[in-house]
Amino acid sequence: MSRAATLQIRAAAAPPKAKRSAVGRLLVAAAVIFLTLFIVLPIANVFTQALSNGFAAYWQVFFPPATDPAAHLTLFEKHQLADQAAHTWSAIRMSCGIAAVVVPLNIVFGLVAAWAVTKFRFRGRVLLVTLIDLPFSISPVIAGLVFVLWFGRGGIFGDWGTRITWPDPASLSWQGFSGHWWPFTFANSYTGIIFTPLAMVIATAFVTFPFVARALIPLMDSQGSDEELAALSLGASGWRTFRTVTLANIRWALLYGAILCTARAFGEFGAVSVVSGHIDSNDTIPLRVEKLWDGYNMQAAFSVATLLALLAVATLIIKAAVEFKTGHDEAAASAAKE
Amino acid sequence: MRRFAIFALVFAVGVSLAGGWAMRARSAQNVTILNVSYDPTRELYDAIDDAFTSDYLKKTGTTVTIQQSHAGSGKQATAVVNGLQADVVTLGLAWDVDAIEKAGLIASGWQDKFADNAAPYTSTVAFLVRKGNPKNIRDWKDLLRPGVQVIVANPKASGAARWAFLGLWGAVAGAKTYDLSTAQGLAASIADGKAAKDFPIYKNADALAAVSEFYKHVPVLDTGGRGATVTFAQKGIGDVLVNWENELYLASDEFGKDKFEIVHPSVSVLAEPPVAVVDSVVDKRGTRAVATAYLNFLYTPEAQDIIAQYHYRPRDVAIYKKYAADFPPLKLFTVDQAFGGWPRAQKAFFADGGVFDQIYRPTN
Repeated sequence: MSRAATLQIRAAAAPPKAKRSAVGRLLVAAAVIFLTLFIVLPIANVFTQALSNGFAAYWQVFFPPATDPAAHLTLFEKHQLADQAAHTWSAIRMSCGIAAVVVPLNIVFGLVAAWAVTKFRFRGRVLLVTLIDLPFSISPVIAGLVFVLWFGRGGIFGDWGTRITWPDPASLSWQGFSGHWWPFTFANSYTGIIFTPLAMVIATAFVTFPFVARALIPLMDSQGSDEELAALSLGASGWRTFRTVTLANIRWALLYGAILCTARAFGEFGAVSVVSGHIDSNDTIPLRVEKLWDGYNMQAAFSVATLLALLAVATLIIKAAVEFKTGHDEAAASAAKE
Repeated sequence: MRRFAIFALVFAVGVSLAGGWAMRARSAQNVTILNVSYDPTRELYDAIDDAFTSDYLKKTGTTVTIQQSHAGSGKQATAVVNGLQADVVTLGLAWDVDAIEKAGLIASGWQDKFADNAAPYTSTVAFLVRKGNPKNIRDWKDLLRPGVQVIVANPKASGAARWAFLGLWGAVAGAKTYDLSTAQGLAASIADGKAAKDFPIYKNADALAAVSEFYKHVPVLDTGGRGATVTFAQKGIGDVLVNWENELYLASDEFGKDKFEIVHPSVSVLAEPPVAVVDSVVDKRGTRAVATAYLNFLYTPEAQDIIAQYHYRPRDVAIYKKYAADFPPLKLFTVDQAFGGWPRAQKAFFADGGVFDQIYRPTN
């Protein structure tokens, strides 16, 4: 995060030892009440609902008991637990897969974008900064619909977005040499871009694009390019300068941006919902929660939602740790300067 | 040296992916098809897909994977028009399949390609009331009594709600009804629908007065059928829920059979959710045989039995009789015979400026 924001957070952690006024207390009380009502209680509710039928029921959402084939179950019962859990796991894999592609991509894009707008002065720079923020100001559902228009049938680029065939990288498998000239194969393929995981990756990348760039730009702006110039004048190569000077300076901010990007990639609903085509195998964790909810499966819906809540808590902890670390780095840096 | 190693690694991965892709084009022993359906059938097709997969494997030796997509029926039709690669569609309204046909993806005459108007099962609209039926609701006219609060979705947005609207209209106007539990009744309902020429029912003043009164009893119009069920069953609002029959069974299974009762009106509307093969997709993907076999499977006794267990009314008369306890004999009228099909009803009732817009004023 930016230096300014970090300083604010540190200031909040160590308030000035002024006398606390009535207004101050009132404001603190208001903030606490607001946070309790809008953040703590809903999250607590998620966990209460998830555990409403006991921990065993919660556990069975993810790990159903093996059904006895001899038992006389109705069709409904037979399909309830095992299928539901399989769908849930598929959603978890899909969310992880999307994040695994999107986050590295956005780290690279974010770095490039931040580098371009902070280390160089060029015509259209302000426009570029605005464009980086664009995904923040567009409703994700609209973003999803834009991709439908792009890649859909009769889209602005024609029908190719529904025609091209591409292999499912997750289905790469070993088939051996017997009878084949090549030992690897893909078991599955996708037709088209829209309504496939590729569209979901693109939509998620679009929505989460600003996080890394936004975390880097203020920091890189304030650092200027003096240190890079010094390194270059001492004979370091461009790559080495980037690695040992630029990257070293921004590594915590980069990590911070990547964490926010990951959290959003997991949590994204609107854009992904539109481009997923509601196909079960395309479900991500939030889409899965919606489907369980729609199937009157409230307890399972909340159980899966706890994954997102836990992810949010983990994000918070890592974020706090990074901020603590950045604070120390900066304190050490300013101490060294003095 | 290290740079070379990285290059070699990237190259090796790239080649193995490309090679794998080239190989794949030659061997396709597994077939995957996508069934794009509407919201309430999720649980039904979960069960049917399993049955079909094992049946098809036994008969042909081909492993089929069926993927499901569920959302609102109209939304799904739009998605298919926009390029969702559906091999088959199993939607809530013939109107929605017509929309896909209009986009040129399904050949015309799809309704004759499968038996019984291409609708392998039917459903109807019924009522869910609170245990003991405290307001004594037995039929459509009871919904219009003073002090009865009705929960139903918005017919502009929800398929189920349109069926509810037509159910009330047809019941009040005295539409011609059929007994679908007999082979003769079934055949007559389809033949009459095809032969029907004029539809005086649209001019029925009693029906117009009844629907105007009906929506005054609705405290909140949900956007979807599921939303209406949650409003009634979970939030506890209203005295009676008007929704799909199968949705009412599912709701009472989920929220507690001891809390609710299902009430069948004397007359209701026959909903025929249609199925169709999406010609442009199956031709491109080479899946026509599997897709057709899948839809034909829906008419087999095995699938019809599953359909009945999930509280849809099977077309198979023998299976219908077997589950007679779940499906009280009901006099049903068809949209084709009474209203001249969905495009006409849609235009007259639910299009902007149609009857619904004229009569509906939000109560609060």
